[in-house]
Amino acid sequence: MSELDELLKAFGEAGGSTGALADGNTAHLAASGHRILSSRTVEGLEVKARETWNGISAKVTVMANVKLKNPVHLCFGVLHKKGTQKIKMDVTIEDGASAHIVAHCVFPRAEKVRHLMDATVRIGEGAEMRYSETHYHGMHGGIEVVPRAVVKVGRNGRYFTDFTLTTGRVGKLALDYTVEAAEDSVTEMVARVFGHATDDIHIKDTVLLAGKNARSIIKTRVAIEDDATAEVTGITEGNAPGARGHVDCMEIVKDHAVAKAIPIVQVNDPGAKVTHEAAIGSVDKRQMETLMAHGLSPEEAVDVIVKGILR
Amino acid sequence: MPLLDVQDIVFDAGPSRQVRILDGLSLSIEAGEIHALLGANGTGKSTLAALVMGCDGYRQTRGDLLFEGRSLSGLRIHERARLGITMAWQEPVRFEGIGVADYLALRNKDDDPSRALELVGLSPVLYRSRMVDRSLSGGERKRIELASLFTLKPKLAILDEPDSGIDMLSTADIINVIAAFKRSGSAVLLITHREEIALIADRASQLCGGRIICSGTPAKVAEHYKARHCEICVGGECHYV
Repeated sequence: MSELDELLKAFGEAGGSTGALADGNTAHLAASGHRILSSRTVEGLEVKARETWNGISAKVTVMANVKLKNPVHLCFGVLHKKGTQKIKMDVTIEDGASAHIVAHCVFPRAEKVRHLMDATVRIGEGAEMRYSETHYHGMHGGIEVVPRAVVKVGRNGRYFTDFTLTTGRVGKLALDYTVEAAEDSVTEMVARVFGHATDDIHIKDTVLLAGKNARSIIKTRVAIEDDATAEVTGITEGNAPGARGHVDCMEIVKDHAVAKAIPIVQVNDPGAKVTHEAAIGSVDKRQMETLMAHGLSPEEAVDVIVKGILR
Repeated sequence: MPLLDVQDIVFDAGPSRQVRILDGLSLSIEAGEIHALLGANGTGKSTLAALVMGCDGYRQTRGDLLFEGRSLSGLRIHERARLGITMAWQEPVRFEGIGVADYLALRNKDDDPSRALELVGLSPVLYRSRMVDRSLSGGERKRIELASLFTLKPKLAILDEPDSGIDMLSTADIINVIAAFKRSGSAVLLITHREEIALIADRASQLCGGRIICSGTPAKVAEHYKARHCEICVGGECHYV
């Protein structure tokens, strides 16, 4: 079996849909470790990917006013027990363009694996980018995931990002995204993580509302159990008139797990407004009672609530 | 044998159980019967509901609760639910990430939930794909809770003020839902402040100071309630109303 087939098999076994990668009208880039296994581009999309001595470097550009019909699929992973995958991404969505980029990160057998992602994203004026990153991890927990992104959203631009790590052990996660949002732009950042055993989760999302009427929401949903730990930092600065930001963090804690939330909201312009809400603790008692009154056992009720917040 | 037999229940609340909420309350509900419970705020109606459902922190100080002749003591909420008791709280909670269709199929995945939604006056086309979260208004959430209870086909549904948060024009919808529970064979313990809702019941009782002070036909009890008659309040006039 080729390495690509093996990567796709692991991706499929983790619940992913492999059909998109076979579709001739859908762009993709697949890489295992430091090797690029497959790539396809479509009209209006330019992908320059190369293998470097310690990783993969990719420059992705969606041309001005091009609206990609199908999502661009990125399939990354390390199939061996040990290894490092370092990815440097440089993404530009030119003025008036729009794209949905879906990243699947597959690490089924990781015992000592590092996955480092360093991304620079530029979203042009009136452009839109949706970025969904879903991780499929094995149950060993020997993985370190370090995704970092610096994003600039242009005037009237739209940026939606969704990070999901709810399958398998998290291992160590240190997510750090920073967004600078220009006038009339919209930013929505969502992260959902389910930690078990000794998983260690650090999530830091920052939005700088630099332009007039820029709007943002940072939404984080974390569930942790056993001896897992989580620290979620949501930072929003309102630096221009009419800027509106909101930080919303919910963490459900079971067993001996320990959770921390640090919302930092700062307003440097009297015309800006930033709000936050954080809820940390065990599952809500009234939610539990309601589901149990439907006949669900306490364990079933917790499962329904946790799956709900991570959906 | 009554479906639910509340026998001389005393419930004391507070850290050292110094506040008496229910004071020797006895009540029975027959299978398939709607029993309305009237009473002002603080008279113990919702406490009785929580005791019957077995909510956390609600254990009677004295007395017993029998369901189909079996004591409910020691049974947790889900165990009582599996016997056929369920409850709609006065203010139903929201659930993030749970769709209406999934919520209606929590325990009964085979039935089409459309009928239950239509029953509570909601369009299945519009609401099946909605979430049971903060995007719903209080009234919408309440209707969905009633619909979800209906799909459970309970032997006893405890409805704690099902009309609160529902606009006056929709009162008829709520009366239809309560009637539908009865038609499908469920008994209902109906807690309400509103006479027009209570009149749908087969029997009614009025609570004051944790005791039943009047029982009989809904019309008789509603009249008693409106007239502020009270056998236990000083001067014979209810201080709670």
